[in-house]
Amino acid sequence: MIELSIQKELRSSGGKMLLDIELSVGKGDIVTLYGRSGAGKTSLLMLLAGLMRPDSGFIRADGQTWTDTQKRIWRRPQERNVGLVFQEYALFPNMTVMENLSYAMRKGQKDEREHLVEIMDLKELKNRKPDTLSGGQKQRVALARALVNKPSLLLLDEPLSALDQDMRGKLQQYILQVHREYGLTTILISHDATEIIKMSDYVMEMELGRVIRKATPGEIFTHEKLNAKFQFTGEVMKMSRQDFIVIVTVLVGRELVKVVANDSEVEGMEVGDRVLIASKAFNPVIHKIS
Amino acid sequence: MIDLNPLVLTFKLAVVTTIILFFVSVPLAYWLAYSKSKAKPVVEALVSMPLVLPPTVIGFYMLLAFSPSNAFGGWLEDWIGLRLVFSFEGLVLGSVIYSLPFMVQPIQAGFSNLSPDLKRASYVMGKSRLTTLNRVLLPNIKTSLLTGIVLAFAHTIGEFGVVLMIGGNISGKTRVASIAIYDQVESMNYDVANAYSLILFALTFIILLAVYLLNGGYFKRIRR
Repeated sequence: MIELSIQKELRSSGGKMLLDIELSVGKGDIVTLYGRSGAGKTSLLMLLAGLMRPDSGFIRADGQTWTDTQKRIWRRPQERNVGLVFQEYALFPNMTVMENLSYAMRKGQKDEREHLVEIMDLKELKNRKPDTLSGGQKQRVALARALVNKPSLLLLDEPLSALDQDMRGKLQQYILQVHREYGLTTILISHDATEIIKMSDYVMEMELGRVIRKATPGEIFTHEKLNAKFQFTGEVMKMSRQDFIVIVTVLVGRELVKVVANDSEVEGMEVGDRVLIASKAFNPVIHKIS
Repeated sequence: MIDLNPLVLTFKLAVVTTIILFFVSVPLAYWLAYSKSKAKPVVEALVSMPLVLPPTVIGFYMLLAFSPSNAFGGWLEDWIGLRLVFSFEGLVLGSVIYSLPFMVQPIQAGFSNLSPDLKRASYVMGKSRLTTLNRVLLPNIKTSLLTGIVLAFAHTIGEFGVVLMIGGNISGKTRVASIAIYDQVESMNYDVANAYSLILFALTFIILLAVYLLNGGYFKRIRR
């Protein structure tokens, strides 16, 4: 259980902005922070990790006070046991995969390294240096490294945005798996609707330093007027006109789907747009495929 | 046969200076790379001064400050027994100040070019600043460290003005190679001056060449 109420003045290229956030995250939840860049998402993670000090406010985690400006309590990042995964991995280039994991271990901590190597499929890579790994492999190592100390809180700062679709899907599975197995509380920053829907229990939408909405992924990414039985989000790949209709090819996950649309539906739509495909008036047929 | 003393003294001075500079520069460069203090530009300017200031100016002020007839110099001699003018210790101090930017700047650039996430990751794992510095930051800026060490070493070998001002020209004590060359030319001994010069020329070339080969990964490529 994480509870916080924090104020911090941030200076960015766009001038000053007040980060003013109150939130609580239940134990075992996966929460996504969603919003434009510059909304303060990464700063919030830095505050949670103790890498940034709030101007005022408090953070409490599982009954421990990590910071409280009124009571003058401040726990350094070293004293918080948080797992942090960066977009650019931040693996130590001078150490092998196994050395990266070993370095992360705290004194007196039960050795989780072999187990993590196992579940993250890192056996073949144990003695490799980070330079020789692919993006997906690096992020698996970074994830394993963040979990070596069995953190109570796992923070993921756009961990998958540098990876291709295929790799993302796999990494999402890994994250969900360790989240469950280690009973983590996880806070994820993501811009990817598919990823958010797949991963998170709920979403906090941030804007200009504030949480403006807390909702389920479904509520954030679907239009309220639709009451659909089936809906997917995807990206428009191609639009071709045939007589009075337009055939829109949409990439949903890794599948291409063709949708027939009329002029009013495709108005203002362009290749590359994210779209929602929904259908209400039919009965789904379900087949076992394996 | 030429007198080898000036050459020996030059390399002794360069080695001592480089070692002291390394231990001074790592914390200084760390502070300059990461501090948000308002005093930072002032310190940066001071560290870089020897790059533009004539060496004779530095030497002149050091001579004034450390002269035993002055308050500070007198105090040093009376209380610590350290005389910094016309002595090897004085040469070392002068060289340390004069070569400071050549060691600090590459190391500072090395720290600044490292992703700040490395440091953050290490802190979150419970590692102290010192552990992070020794095991994560320094091992990942080895080329910058090497560049700093070599530049400081080579620059100390090449210095003349500071050494002349504060050390003078005392055989076996403060007469380094660059001064010996000047001395020999003044006495019209061009052969001896030439011998010293050739040795310095060859040695510094070899040192710098070795660094560029190592830094450029030349040997790594050959081994493959």
